[in-house]
Amino acid sequence: MHIPDGYLGPATCGFFYVVMMPIWTMASKIVKKTLNAKQVPLLAIGAAFSFVIMMFNVPIPGGTTGHAVGGVLIAILLGPWAACIAITVALVVQALLFGDGGITAIGANCFNMAFVLPFTGYFLYKVISYNSAVDSNRRVIAAGIAAYIALNIAAGLTGFEFGIQPIFHKMASGEALYCPYGLNVALPAMLSEHLLVFGWVEAIVTALVVKYLQKQDLNLLKEGRA
Amino acid sequence: MKITGKLLIGIMVLIALSPLGLILPDHFKAGSAWGEWGADEMQKLVGYIPQGLEKMSSIWSAPIPDYAFKGWEEKGLLELSAAYIISAVLGIAIAVIFTFLIGKLLIKKR
Repeated sequence: MHIPDGYLGPATCGFFYVVMMPIWTMASKIVKKTLNAKQVPLLAIGAAFSFVIMMFNVPIPGGTTGHAVGGVLIAILLGPWAACIAITVALVVQALLFGDGGITAIGANCFNMAFVLPFTGYFLYKVISYNSAVDSNRRVIAAGIAAYIALNIAAGLTGFEFGIQPIFHKMASGEALYCPYGLNVALPAMLSEHLLVFGWVEAIVTALVVKYLQKQDLNLLKEGRA
Repeated sequence: MKITGKLLIGIMVLIALSPLGLILPDHFKAGSAWGEWGADEMQKLVGYIPQGLEKMSSIWSAPIPDYAFKGWEEKGLLELSAAYIISAVLGIAIAVIFTFLIGKLLIKKR
């Protein structure tokens, strides 16, 4: 889901940087208000977790690869704004140091994976687990469903961003300037592989860690922590 | 042990296992992620390399491209796995330092 340099035209890249600026500003303001010093190590572990889980490329035999983001889990534990910051840090390091995701696409990649993903995941988790006990199975299931849907929404959005490029950027010869695939190809390609495979990885990882935390430290799953 | 310590051990286990993200795709003959093809693959897929893509794709030259050291492209899976683990350690160390700096900056100003 890491859009590389050259797949999105300058307008799309610029647009998502502009959209992310107020989101990053807002995230720092809210985290400043809600985060206490004790939670900073947890935020760092969140960034580390997201970083490493994205390195687990899962193959579709003979096809493509994909991976989980871990963003819904961080949102459940620290809230969506803190998750936004943790995932942004992971994505920026991946882009600058390892060329995983383009530097011109940092805005778009952060919008998909560090904003839309943790926020949809967080709110779905809240809705599905509403009024359930912190140690209930409903929490585990809610975490899994929220993670599955959120990763797929992020993947669909990525497919959409790829797919609109030929509409805006085509040469007279008909050759594309950036991503050559339109919505009719990009959207189903991104969605199907995440619906079939990678969404389940995100769901299982998220649900298992929530289950583990229910046994280890219920406080992390309680309200009013961030 | 405190929960952060346990989670930290979890991260270390994940780092140690991370080469699976390299070895499994290789074993099952899976290619790049959708939309993350290099120029050669693009040429094969659509018959040409989009001009804007060609120009923009070289805008940034990452020091450790694709979690592998430069010039190691022809090395075996063992070396690539080692580079993958070193990349994970390095990337996570920088991400953790970065996060602590953000935390410091935000909390100090309170």
